[in-house]
This record gives sequence, C-alpha cells and structure tokens, in this order.
Amino acid sequence: MKRRARFLVGGAVIVAAIGYLIYSGVSQSVVYFVTPTELLAAPVSGKSYRLGGMVQPGSLTWDAPKLDLRFVLSDGKATVPVRHKGSPPDLFAEKRGAVVEGAWHRDGYFQASLIMAKHSEEYQAPHATEGQPGYKDLLRTLRGDAPASAPSR
Amino acid sequence: MIPELGYAATVVALLLAVWGSAAAGVAARGGSAAVLASAERAAVGMWLLLSCCIGLLVYAFLTFDFSVRYVAFNTNRGTPFYYRITALWGALEGSIVLWAWMLGLYTLVAVGRYRRRHREFYPWVLCVLLAIAAFFLLVMSFPAPPFQRLSPVPPDGRGLNPLLEDSGMITHPVALYLGFTGFTVPFAFAMAALATGRTGDEWIVITRRWTITAWYFLSLGLLIGGWWSYHVLGWGGYWAWDPVENAAFMPWLTGTALLHSVMVQERRRMLRVWNLALIILTFSLTLFGTFLTRSGIIGSVHAFSQGSIGVFFLAFLALVLVVSLGLLAARMDRLRSAGEVDSLVSRESAFLLNNVFLVAAAFTVFFGTVFPLLSEAVTGAKVSVGAPFFNLVNLPLFLGLIFLMGIGPLIAWRRASAANLRRNFLVPVAIGVAAAAAVRALGIGQLLVVLCLGLVAFVSAAIALDFVRAARARRRAGAGWLASTAGLLRRQNRRYGGLVVHLGILVIALGVAGSQTWSVQTETTLSRGQSVQLAGYQVRFDGLSAAEESNHFRVTGAFSVSDRRAPLGVLAPAKKFYPQEQTPIAYVDYRLGLIEDLYVVLGDFARDGSSATIKVQVNRMVSWLWIGGLILTLGTVLSLLPDRRSPV
Repeated sequence: MKRRARFLVGGAVIVAAIGYLIYSGVSQSVVYFVTPTELLAAPVSGKSYRLGGMVQPGSLTWDAPKLDLRFVLSDGKATVPVRHKGSPPDLFAEKRGAVVEGAWHRDGYFQASLIMAKHSEEYQAPHATEGQPGYKDLLRTLRGDAPASAPSR
Repeated sequence: MIPELGYAATVVALLLAVWGSAAAGVAARGGSAAVLASAERAAVGMWLLLSCCIGLLVYAFLTFDFSVRYVAFNTNRGTPFYYRITALWGALEGSIVLWAWMLGLYTLVAVGRYRRRHREFYPWVLCVLLAIAAFFLLVMSFPAPPFQRLSPVPPDGRGLNPLLEDSGMITHPVALYLGFTGFTVPFAFAMAALATGRTGDEWIVITRRWTITAWYFLSLGLLIGGWWSYHVLGWGGYWAWDPVENAAFMPWLTGTALLHSVMVQERRRMLRVWNLALIILTFSLTLFGTFLTRSGIIGSVHAFSQGSIGVFFLAFLALVLVVSLGLLAARMDRLRSAGEVDSLVSRESAFLLNNVFLVAAAFTVFFGTVFPLLSEAVTGAKVSVGAPFFNLVNLPLFLGLIFLMGIGPLIAWRRASAANLRRNFLVPVAIGVAAAAAVRALGIGQLLVVLCLGLVAFVSAAIALDFVRAARARRRAGAGWLASTAGLLRRQNRRYGGLVVHLGILVIALGVAGSQTWSVQTETTLSRGQSVQLAGYQVRFDGLSAAEESNHFRVTGAFSVSDRRAPLGVLAPAKKFYPQEQTPIAYVDYRLGLIEDLYVVLGDFARDGSSATIKVQVNRMVSWLWIGGLILTLGTVLSLLPDRRSPV
C-alpha cells in the first residue's frame, strides 16, 4: 500500500508539472484572432494578434531595395494598414485573403512579423480576364525579344 | 463511362465489406467454417474492386477524362505523366480511396497469415477490419465520392496544386497512410482479444511486427513531409506545428508509447489495460487526425474545405470509442496485472515514465491543436497558440525522453542494484557531463544545445558500452570481432534493432537542436552583379532567365555562389507561374551539406531582370534529420528480422 501511495504521489506531481507547462505555454504564446473591425475597436499595442482580412485592391506597395511591404487589410467594414519587412510571400496578392501575425504599433499601423496567404488544394479555374496579367509579355521581355519599350505592368 | 463503373465498384465493395464483416462476426460467435470462408471471399472481392477503383481513376487521369470531377479538379493537359498518376492521392477523395485500398491489402495479408494460426482471434480480426473498411467505402460512396460526374465536361482541368508537383508528394502520403492503416491490424487484434476474453499477452506478441511496421511508416511519412516542407515551401523549415502535421504526430507519439509498453507486458505481465487503451487511442487518433484536417473546424494553412465528411469521421470516431472502451470496461475483471512495479529504480519504471512523457506530449499537442475550439467555446475569444507553445511545452518532455533512452534499455528489470547502476551508467554519465562541459567550454552558451548534446553523448555512450560489452563476451567465446558483432546483431536483433532506432532518433534530435539554434538568414534586394554575404558565403546575382514548361512558365535567377576558398557553382532558384494560380510559387535551390545547407529563395524581381529580392539561409545540421531517418530505417529492418534468439 505504501508503494501504491508513492506512485500516486509521483503521478500527481507529474500531472501537476505537465499542467503547469501547458499553463505557462499558453500564457506566453497565446495569439488573438481578430478582424480589422475588432482590432480597431480596442487596439492594444504590444499584444500578439493574428489579423485576417482581404488585401484591399490598390493598397499594395512593395519597395524592393528597402524590403518594405505595405498593404491594407479589410473586412468590408474597417481597414487596417499593415507593414512588413520582407518580400511578399507566394500566393499573396491584392483581392485575396491573408492572415498576418504581429502587433499593433503605436503610430497607427499593424507591424506584421509573418504573412500567411490562404490557399487550399483546390484551385480556381483560370479566367481569361484574370490569371497572370501579361505573363507572356514578361516572358518576351526577359528573353529580350520584345521591344525595349515594352509597357511594364 | 468511368464514373458509372467506378461508382458501381464502390457500392459493390461496400456491400461485400458489410457482408464479410457480418459473416465473420457470425463465424466468430460459433458459425460454421463455410460462413467464415464466405467472409474471406468477400474480403478478396472487396480488395479486387478497390483495385478496380484505383485502376479506373488512374486510367481517367492518364486519358484526361474530365467527365470525372476529381480528375478535372486535380489535373490538366499540361500535368506531367508521373504527377497524373500521383494526382490520384493529391486531394481528399483519392486519398480515401488509397486508404481503403491499403486497408483492403492489409486485410488480405491478415487473412493469409492468420487463417490457419490464431483461429480464436482470426474471425473477430476479420470482422473488425472489414467493418473499418466498410466505413471508408461508405465515405467513398457518399460524402467524398471520387467518381462524381462533372457536367458539362470542361475542355481542360484545373490542374494539380503546384505545390504537390514534387517527388516528396509521391511518397509522403503513401508512407503516412501505410502508417495510419497499419495500426488498424493491432487494433483489430486488441478488439478480438477483448471480444474473446483472451486478454492475455497473445495479441501483443502476434501484432509486434505490425505495430513496428506501422510505426516505421508513420515515422517515414513524417520525415518525408518534413523534407517536402523544407525543399518546396521555401521558408527553410521542416516542421511548423500546423494542425495537419500535428494530426499525424499524435498517433506517432502514442504509437511510440505502445511499442515500449508492450515490452513491459511481454516481460512482466503488467500494463494490460494501459496497452489496450493505448492501441485504442492510437487508432482513434488516426481517425481524429482525418476528422480534424478534413472537416475545416481548425484553420490550417493547408486545410481541406470539405463539408460533411467531418461529420462522418466524427460519428465513426464516436462509435469506435464507445464500442472499444465499452468492451474494455466489460473485460476489466480479467485484466488484472500479474506483476507489479517493485521499485522506482527499475526498467519497468523507466518505461512507465517514458509512456507518461509520450502520452503527455501527445496530450499537449492535442490541447494546442484544439485550443482555438476550446477557447471559443469557453470564453468566446478566438485565440490560438502557435509554434512557440508547442516548442516550449514539448522541449522538457523530449529532453526527458532522450534521457530515458539511455536509462531504459540498460537498467535492470524489477529492482536495479547499486552495482547494476554503477556498471551501466557510471561511464556514460561521466561522458555525458564531460561532453556538456566541453560544449560549454567551446563557447556555446545556449542551454538547450548544451543539454541536448550532453544527453545525446550520455545515451550514445550507454548504447555503445552495452554493445561493446556484449560483443566482447561473444568474442571471448571464440569468435572474431566481425563475426561476434554480426552474430550479436543477428541473435539479439530485437534489442539491437531498437537501439539502432534510438541512435537514429538521437541524430534527428541533434539535427533539430542544431538547426533551431545555429541557422541564419538574410533577405535583400540585389542589382545584377551585386552580391550578399552570409556566414562565409558570397551570393552574387547574375541575372534572370525565363522558360516555358508543359504546364507552367518559370523565371529562373542565376546566383553564383562561393565560400572563402573557392567558387561553388551557380544556384538557380525560380518562380513558377501556373496559369490556374494567380500568384507565383517559389522554387527553392540549395546546396545540401552534412554541416550546413545553403538555401536560396527567389522573391520578387524587377520585370527587366535588373534586380531581384532573395532570401539566403544557411541552415545548419538539417541533413541530420534525413540521415537519422536512414539509421531509423536500418534499425527497423534489423528489429523485424525473423527471431533467432539464442536460448538463454
């Protein structure tokens, strides 16, 4: 019986330790999912957020030498300006969904440390009007068989 | 034509599975041999029909039969030949077909192996296997029909997900599903043991090879998944704690626990309830993983967005849990342990602790994965925990597991004497401490690395010492070094196979610790002719070129690479533009090495090719993961060799 009690105590200690691990893990790394509307309602600078929305058409700017990416995420009601240091990731474009992780900056924008573009394994059928605007054109430019004054997109 | 044939095959296979399962159940309860033979024929018929389904789908892919929705959605006329075959398991419906087919194959292997032996378990095993196969056929018939017709028939398909056009995607799902389905057979034996009341150790001895095989394929699937993530996704990592990854990792953790705890039962007749619970848990987690990733309840970067299939899996999972746990509860009186843990300092207790850590790790992964759901249900706040949570929580558990790897195989059963401890652990502990001190003296400050290296040195020394002693003992008996080593591996293949697997895991652990600690990266925009320096490498941008492939168009960068001594050649990362995709996909280029990989990703670029943004990473010790996988393979093969243990 004494042995049994010892094992019970050992088990309780282990369970408590794992409980504590989980508790401290959660409190250190919890990330709040918000929409632009929710974020703007109560922005707390320094807290970790995951902000989801659509990249607003016309808002995307990319300064390659400075690695400065800026765009606006929208949920249809509110908009949040986002800044990120680094290239736009694959599958990231205007009018597409994106989730960014980061924190609200006091100067009125969202500083994203990570951009996750939404994708699934099923793809949209290509439309004649959408798709890669003018990629054939790009092909010709790079091959050098287009006039030097080829209009850039 | 193909949709109708395929659908007919699916429905007939479903009927055969239901009939076979019922007939096997009747036979198990004292029915005639003819009924059992009928169930066997149903199993054969079911597998043949499933093979027809696969053949029909492959034929549809190869002939671009876009009247099949699945074909039209996952291929197009430009898809290369190999990927038209592997597109079979490129999405949900096809992967269910593959799963069902493998399960059918395993069922046939079980019929072949056990119809003459183990007759007491066999009918129940067949009954359970066919019932599970029936579930997958049900999924193929209703919520995820691979043969659904598409009309009007489109002139071209949508194409395969470009990320899946990779050799890793050919093998990764196959290995993973072989692992998932592999656990079905031990589960069926466990259920048979409970149903017949023969809850002794037989089911464990019979299924040892199945469990090891399933575990191995699951490990392989996870590693290939890591390799795919590393060399395709272009973020330089191999594991992101994504729900999809966690879904496969949880059964791996509980399966690993099971592999160890069955040894305690075999040897000491303990942990009977625990082992049954573990196999039930492991099998349920394979179903839960599918539910989690296919139902869309958890947002994942690669979530599948299928509607009702989640409900099917959840309902089946509930049924499995109710039936199996109900059976377990009903048999509780027969499951008294014959043995007891005598001392805290014993092999039993090391294995017990190993199980506690592994199951705790599985629980924390589960908790972190479903945390968003829990939190939303309880507090209404949408929150999630990401990679930092999993790393933080699992780190101490995994370090503890590495430590136990050095203890468990060497400590004595029942009660370890002080002499046993001294003999087995004095030298390894000294080596471990010395290694940690040496690492510290070299100026490596990170506690994680110091601890991990020290532990790995301790465990390697313990394994080496054990092996050298055993080989020396054989040599004293007159054999040469080579002969005694080979003889030892052959005669005690289970033991040394397991230890070789441990070495593989140690190498993987070093790879993880090293890559997490020492990898460096930079991102910059270069004009043509300009170069960037990172960790002794120089990467110069030489220009862009473009080419048109069968199903995409690519822009390739040329980057001359050199280190301090000499030029190393040209790396050519690219961006691939698929017409069905609106944004490009990166194509990573790299130089793999034992110590470090140079890894270059092309980002954005100027349209005239005058400048390009690149991400350069020097990823350290990532190759150790793949090398560890090879060692793990060797160990598994060794442990699966036919038993030829010398009588003790």
